[in-house]
Amino acid sequence: MSGPAARVAAGVAAVLASVPALAGCGSGDGSSSRAHGGTLTVLAASSLTEAFTTLSHDFEHDHPGTRVRLSFDSSATLAEQVDQGAPADVLATADEDTMRAVAHAGHVRGDPTVFATNHLVLAVPDDNPARIRRFADIARPGVEYVVCVRSAPCGSLAATLLRGAGITARPASEEVDVKAVLTKVRLGEADAGLVYASDVASAGGDVRQVDVPAGRRTLNRYPVAALSDASAPALARSWVRLVTSPTGRRVLAHDGFAAP
Amino acid sequence: MRARARGPAVGRAPLRLLIPAFLAVAFLTLPLVALLARTPWSQLADRLTSEAVLQALRLSVVTSLAAVAVVTVVGVPLAWALARLDFPGRSLVRALVIVPLVLPPVVGGVALLSAFGRRGLVGGPLDAAFGVTLPYTTAAVVVAHTFVALPFFVLSVEGALRATDREYDVVAATLGAGRWTTFRTVSLPLAGPGLLAGLVLAWARALGEFGATITFAGNFPGTTRTMPNAIYVELQTDPDAALVLSVILMAVSVAVLALLRDRWFDVAVQGAVRR
Repeated sequence: MSGPAARVAAGVAAVLASVPALAGCGSGDGSSSRAHGGTLTVLAASSLTEAFTTLSHDFEHDHPGTRVRLSFDSSATLAEQVDQGAPADVLATADEDTMRAVAHAGHVRGDPTVFATNHLVLAVPDDNPARIRRFADIARPGVEYVVCVRSAPCGSLAATLLRGAGITARPASEEVDVKAVLTKVRLGEADAGLVYASDVASAGGDVRQVDVPAGRRTLNRYPVAALSDASAPALARSWVRLVTSPTGRRVLAHDGFAAP
Repeated sequence: MRARARGPAVGRAPLRLLIPAFLAVAFLTLPLVALLARTPWSQLADRLTSEAVLQALRLSVVTSLAAVAVVTVVGVPLAWALARLDFPGRSLVRALVIVPLVLPPVVGGVALLSAFGRRGLVGGPLDAAFGVTLPYTTAAVVVAHTFVALPFFVLSVEGALRATDREYDVVAATLGAGRWTTFRTVSLPLAGPGLLAGLVLAWARALGEFGATITFAGNFPGTTRTMPNAIYVELQTDPDAALVLSVILMAVSVAVLALLRDRWFDVAVQGAVRR
């Protein structure tokens, strides 16, 4: 299997992997038992999927008998879940505004810590069918590009960058989170998509990166915090420590994040 | 209702049936009542006149009705073939028809992309030959709706066709009717209530469809953002607004069902009873 067939297969696998995120609210959240006994539940922005999955293995290794449950979704959805009382110990969002709202509602224990930064880039399929070389190329007629919906941090950031570059061409679709944007590009269903630098790193060779000139100047900062309803507060604090530790920094840097 | 009015012959309804039945009704209505109770009604007027909501509502109604039209055109013949023809592999065909029913809608969306996306099995050659691509268009929404609604319709109509006595077909044939005439004048009218139930089920399924639509067709105001998509988007920023939109969608579906009941349901039921 090679060429388009392999890509479709890889893309299908990618989409299937993101199915729980799309199916969204609740699946897997409601079923957890209150009696934790060594289970840490981490809600994290979907751009953190690879980095936090790696860190969860480190964490389980350092805390024998402990199990880390990860749930990835758009930051806005996660905030809503926390607000609705989803049983979770740690929240990591892709922007500070969302975390601020959660903290304001009294769901956060202590102050959130910014542990990484990220910036938007243009992802194009590796064969780049629309021959996109610069950010402005997405405005050419016939180019189909996708972005996150504005309520997600990646979407509001994308809107800022598009406005800044004077691009008025409309996206073909507003996806619910950044992984959905990446999936559309991976599948070749979009000519380009605005995703985080970390997402391009996570996609391996499936997509190529085209820099957005103002991208590095409009960083979004990732805060992490233990939640006040945490049923495993000690583990929650350990997770925050791990994420901000040199090990955490190394894993995050490997997956395309920058240090704050 | 009527059975009870007719007299004491069959005895009192047993509690062991009544209690679970009551629980089922309570279980189904409680969440809806809770939804209504939480809805900020003061926002209703604003939302109903907002361009974004009207756009989503219009799109939802148009695409779901278009899907029902497609479903009817291909679904009735398929249901007839499953009910009336003996051919090898019929149970396999029926199983295949049911699969989209049990598939998580998001997976259905992925499957549609694999088939009709720009690099899909069919979509790829289509794009190469004619430059036609389906995703991100309103037509893609109809495709997604049709994919999830068709099984409901086929199962319902097939059941109705099977329930009508095949003897009628035989009688029609002995009177000289061809198979097409028999289908048109005998089988289909007899299956009327089942057909109607199938239409309602298919339409309701299409109207509420979310996963396959957002995965396959995308999400953009005016072209692919249907009411369920709009509700999902609002849920992320403004849950109150999402509640109001949900109530609007519910009201529209209840209104249409009520209308159907008055206009067609009685007619169809009478038609069935008359035989």
